[in-house]
Amino acid sequence: MSNVKNVLLSGVGGQGIILASKVLSAGLIEAGYDVKMSEVHGMAQRGGSVTTQVRFGEKVYSPIIGLGQADILVAFEKMEGGKWLDHLNPEGIMIINDYKIPSAPILTGSIPYPEGIIEEIKSKIEHVSVVDGPSLAKEAGNNKTMNIAIIGSLVKALGLDEVVDWEMIIGKVIKERFVDVNIKAFKLGMAQVK
Amino acid sequence: MKHLMTGNEAVARGVFEAGVTYASAYPGTPSTEILENVGPYKEHITAEWAANEKVALETAIGASIAGARSFAAMKHVGVNVAADPLFTYAYTGVNGGLVLVSADDPGAHSSQNEQDNRYYAKFAKIACIEPSDSQESKDFIIDAYEISEEFNLPILFRMTTRTCHSKSLVEFGERTEVGTKPYKKDTSKFVAAPSNARLMHPKVEARTEALKKFSNETHLNRFEWNDKKIGIITSGVSYVYSKEVFGDTVSYLKLGFTYPLPMEKIRKFADEVETLYVIEELEPFIEEQMKAVGIDCIGKEVIPRIGELNPDIIAKAILGEERQTVSISEDKKVERPPALCAGCPHRGLFFELAKRKDIMVTGDIGCYTLGVAEPLNTIDTVICMGGSISMGHGAYKAFERNNVDKKVVSVIGDSTFFHTGINSLITVAYNKSNTVNIILDNRTTGMTGHQENPGTGYSLQGDMTEAIDIPQLVKSIGIKEVITVNPLDLDAVDKALKVAFAYDGPSVIITRWPCALKRFTDLDKKEFDLAKKTYRVDPEECRGCKVCIKTGCPALEFDPKSKKAIINEDMCVGCSICAQSCPFDAIAKVGE
Repeated sequence: MSNVKNVLLSGVGGQGIILASKVLSAGLIEAGYDVKMSEVHGMAQRGGSVTTQVRFGEKVYSPIIGLGQADILVAFEKMEGGKWLDHLNPEGIMIINDYKIPSAPILTGSIPYPEGIIEEIKSKIEHVSVVDGPSLAKEAGNNKTMNIAIIGSLVKALGLDEVVDWEMIIGKVIKERFVDVNIKAFKLGMAQVK
Repeated sequence: MKHLMTGNEAVARGVFEAGVTYASAYPGTPSTEILENVGPYKEHITAEWAANEKVALETAIGASIAGARSFAAMKHVGVNVAADPLFTYAYTGVNGGLVLVSADDPGAHSSQNEQDNRYYAKFAKIACIEPSDSQESKDFIIDAYEISEEFNLPILFRMTTRTCHSKSLVEFGERTEVGTKPYKKDTSKFVAAPSNARLMHPKVEARTEALKKFSNETHLNRFEWNDKKIGIITSGVSYVYSKEVFGDTVSYLKLGFTYPLPMEKIRKFADEVETLYVIEELEPFIEEQMKAVGIDCIGKEVIPRIGELNPDIIAKAILGEERQTVSISEDKKVERPPALCAGCPHRGLFFELAKRKDIMVTGDIGCYTLGVAEPLNTIDTVICMGGSISMGHGAYKAFERNNVDKKVVSVIGDSTFFHTGINSLITVAYNKSNTVNIILDNRTTGMTGHQENPGTGYSLQGDMTEAIDIPQLVKSIGIKEVITVNPLDLDAVDKALKVAFAYDGPSVIITRWPCALKRFTDLDKKEFDLAKKTYRVDPEECRGCKVCIKTGCPALEFDPKSKKAIINEDMCVGCSICAQSCPFDAIAKVGE
């Protein structure tokens, strides 16, 4: 299915990945695509790994993305990005948030957080965009907008920034009092990708 | 306009459109969101959480006998609990149509096993319907009610984690008000006494023959003819995976009605194609039945029977194709196991329980199963819903009989206690156990995402209702030693454990504090001090002893460089367990 685009979002429960993927999919539907999505539910609130897979195109069958098949891998957290690297087409694009969330074995001090993740990914994948999510969210004015900033980067990387009115989409999906700050974060995210 | 929705949301929409007026369920991943999404159709449908899956199905059966289209939903292991009424309602047949959703969990994402519930349809002699995506999840529900009423039987509507939780576009229809069938007392139909049951059985067999004919005719089972070198028979999510891999290059027999199988259609398909594959997740349910009637095919010799399928597995199994991949080196991956949340009220209990050595702790199913994980490491066993208290009782009796000196403690959540734990506790009291039974009452059904339960004082559709008084209930069963304790108070927990361990006879400790992630109700706000607080480690006082780290709180980090504990203040909700655990008073509330 060469006309189908595969996007894999990975991160940690609590980062707002599900909401971010709602913004993305709402925009894709508005643009007229067939869309399928798959989320890992259940343990998401308890600090475990979270992935959302989004596939869109003229006609989509499978809701899940296989190994080596993602056109874009978006990592909301560095280490999670590394874990899902095998799902990225080696010719594809990686957007990686330069942000760490230590997991239980790291918190207890028994294992250090691994160093050099971004460097290793860059050595293996040609198209890597590193996004400083925390700074973008801070600049936008709310630390919790990191997810939408990263979606801004993704939309730009997918070349979909002109396809629909994303400000209108954000207005539809996100609670009214947080719309403006999220639009700001979205634009800052877009500017990170050329 | 099309709507992007999960299979669960689509089933709820189908229930609405089919004219259902009664729906019941017990929460369980991946089925939970079905009833949550039926709830808002309050104007048309009564939707309720039942105490357990057996009760859910029985209430739906009652509504069906009363003449209403009725509905029940549960996860695969829930059907085990509901199997008793299911098998006999399969004999009596229905009045208003009845559909039971079984949400199976291949891959055991959030379950204790990978059972394939299509076998229940064959075993109970009822029809099985399997959707492949969200549109079918909605549309097939409406078909299921037609079939239920036409053939006089309950329908097993079998979904899997991927059909439940993946989203695809759905076109809505209108609700059809089917009204209710008239209720007439008919003891020969609805009293399954032996004399009647013997008369029912031949009718069941005749019905299966009629269903076999229907299976060959229904649009739910359809051919997709393309090149005939390869033919694929498939159902459920395996169909969309197969289409992903082969597109329109092979022929398909796509099965939506999978019991009884459309054997004539299958035979015709087998005759027309050169090589025949059966692609199904988990067990060879279709394949075995084909082989039993002499239709040869390739199935489980290439397609795994363990875990979920996906397009890659199918492509590798049949085409020998594997994609090029790159991976990060192993030293850059650290596991991220789920843990009890910051502020979780279960932590205080487990932290104190972990200090007791040489005990057996039987566990149950819920967030508190995580008490098994490091560093709390307290739970010894988990088998099924409601099993902790009864397993603890059996273990105690075996230890006692065989002169083994070991204290047995059973832990169970509030919702799981109401599910079936209550029956276990009756057995404990009745048979004079000597176990310590701890009910972790976090004022909600936590693991599945905060559903109301008989202890919360609210119903699924948001009405106020009676809240069970657990201490009173437990006393009325015959438990004499009953202690209610705030689990965020470590000294009180320690004291309660000491009293219960010393007591000669069965005891119950109820730890009562709301889940940290819960949206607090008016009742919660009245009872508990839920103001958000934050704690901080004073680096001058911290000696790096790591006692606080043993609480397993994800808001606490031990910095190996400074050899000090640090609290993540964004995550901390101020439960104060770490502060109480600190031997050096190095942790204090911010602002004090």
